[in-house]
Amino acid sequence: MKPLNQVVTSTPPSGIRRFFDIATQMEDVISLGVGEPDFVTPWRIREAAIYATERGQTTYTSNAGLLPLRQQIGAHVFGRYGVQYNPTSEIIVTVGVSEGLDLALRTLLNPGDEVLFIEPCYVSYHPCIRFAGGVPVPIPSFGADGFRVRPEEIESRITPRTKAILLCYPSNPTGATQTREDLQALVDIAVAHDLYILSDEIYDRLTYSGVHTCVASLDGARARTVLLNGFSKAYAMTGWRIAYTCAPRAISESMLKVHQYSMLCASHISQAAALEALLHAEHDVQEMVADYDQRRRVFVRGLNTIGLECREPNGAFYAFPSIQRTGLTSEQFAERLLMEEHVAVVPGNAFGQSGEGFVRCSYATGLAQLEEALVRMERFLCKLGCASAAPVAARGAQA
Amino acid sequence: MRDILKILEQDARATNGRIAALTGRDEAEVAREIEGYEKSGVIRRYKAVIDWERFGDERVYAFIDVSVTPERGAGFDDIARRIYRYPEVRSVALVSGGHDLRIIVEGASIREIADFVAEKLATLDRVNSTNTHFLLKKYKEDGDVFAEADADQRLMVAP
Repeated sequence: MKPLNQVVTSTPPSGIRRFFDIATQMEDVISLGVGEPDFVTPWRIREAAIYATERGQTTYTSNAGLLPLRQQIGAHVFGRYGVQYNPTSEIIVTVGVSEGLDLALRTLLNPGDEVLFIEPCYVSYHPCIRFAGGVPVPIPSFGADGFRVRPEEIESRITPRTKAILLCYPSNPTGATQTREDLQALVDIAVAHDLYILSDEIYDRLTYSGVHTCVASLDGARARTVLLNGFSKAYAMTGWRIAYTCAPRAISESMLKVHQYSMLCASHISQAAALEALLHAEHDVQEMVADYDQRRRVFVRGLNTIGLECREPNGAFYAFPSIQRTGLTSEQFAERLLMEEHVAVVPGNAFGQSGEGFVRCSYATGLAQLEEALVRMERFLCKLGCASAAPVAARGAQA
Repeated sequence: MRDILKILEQDARATNGRIAALTGRDEAEVAREIEGYEKSGVIRRYKAVIDWERFGDERVYAFIDVSVTPERGAGFDDIARRIYRYPEVRSVALVSGGHDLRIIVEGASIREIADFVAEKLATLDRVNSTNTHFLLKKYKEDGDVFAEADADQRLMVAP
């Protein structure tokens, strides 16, 4: 038989797959490896979807999505961030941000165009850029800087083939956010070098202190930015696969062609649910965010107490502690922690080489489990001879 | 300090240390706040939500709608007080609609509640009528669902 597509066959499978396979075969695993909310979608949203199916909303919708939904998305983005998008020509409802990103990449890139993205980052960026014919150019960011981006790291990698820069704040996996000034500096670089900006802001609502900065709202950004956002994290709607893109008309019209021929439209039922989410679930969002925030405080403090240095993550639901003092690599640490103490975390290098020396721990899990995970992790550190001076229990972290 | 109260409303046994960790406050500050709320009556008391049926107790509850004639000068307060002083009366509320007071009564048997209604409640001056509904099954009370939570459906590891 003739060989399969070379780009696809040369792409390694996701680095977290192996841990998933081991973890699912174990009993009593506490998983801190889950990249999705532990809340079920708020009932009012689920009920709206049931009602939508009862009324027969089971058909295709227009390619760009239900107009009332696009109008609410436009109002929502304008209300929160002051950026205006025309619902009839600049907003597309997509099947998750994953599809939105794919649409944007396929629309913007010619074969061989380079796309900059900041590592550590979501595992899909690198392969998706390649699948779209582009060349991924990772920009490292460093734990010592709190995973802020150094502009010189970007400037030094810009070539005549550089087409776009992909940003994601708050960040999966580091939980880092960027100040408005820092983001403006990145936008200025994009303007100076005539780059498109792809901004994945799926974690925007999960920002714990200060306010989220929408990249499209920065000076000079809107005309060259594809804003990607969705319902998965804020409304605990991961399984509904529902999201949206906002981009200037010329870009949106081209993206819509890709969407219409490859996807046709997002699920009608999910669109009905998303409309209910925007109209009536703000209170649910605030309750969930407050809950994550409490667990964040307990868990991050606990990590530092047991001797895993962890900066305060200001967004998303991830802590990204350094494991360098153990002398283990991220993968060794994650594998041994799973085998010996049945706690699943994701090795930082799964998110790019600059994630080496860190592990990603999701605190989107019950408080009791987080506390038990801390006890097990401390026991593991003790075995390695790396625990801090006094046991956690004695210091009242369980209080 | 709404956050402290919301934590205690969910878990009356949350210690000051835990509340401090959850809210990012100082433990001494938490203790001070809670003491203030206890003194001012914002926190009325601490209690557990118990599923007595699961424990094995058979208790009977009835919701009773009561129509009364209000009294000049005292309105409904006086008659409400006369009703809520019975320990078997779990709650009393003045409500809008076809009746005036909605009360919840607890007893060991239907007979016991029937006796209470016939002998005590219905015979009170100013009580014009009573309408008794016995509780058949409890699904949710004060925000707590009386059923097992669904299992976590998520994959163990996901990007």
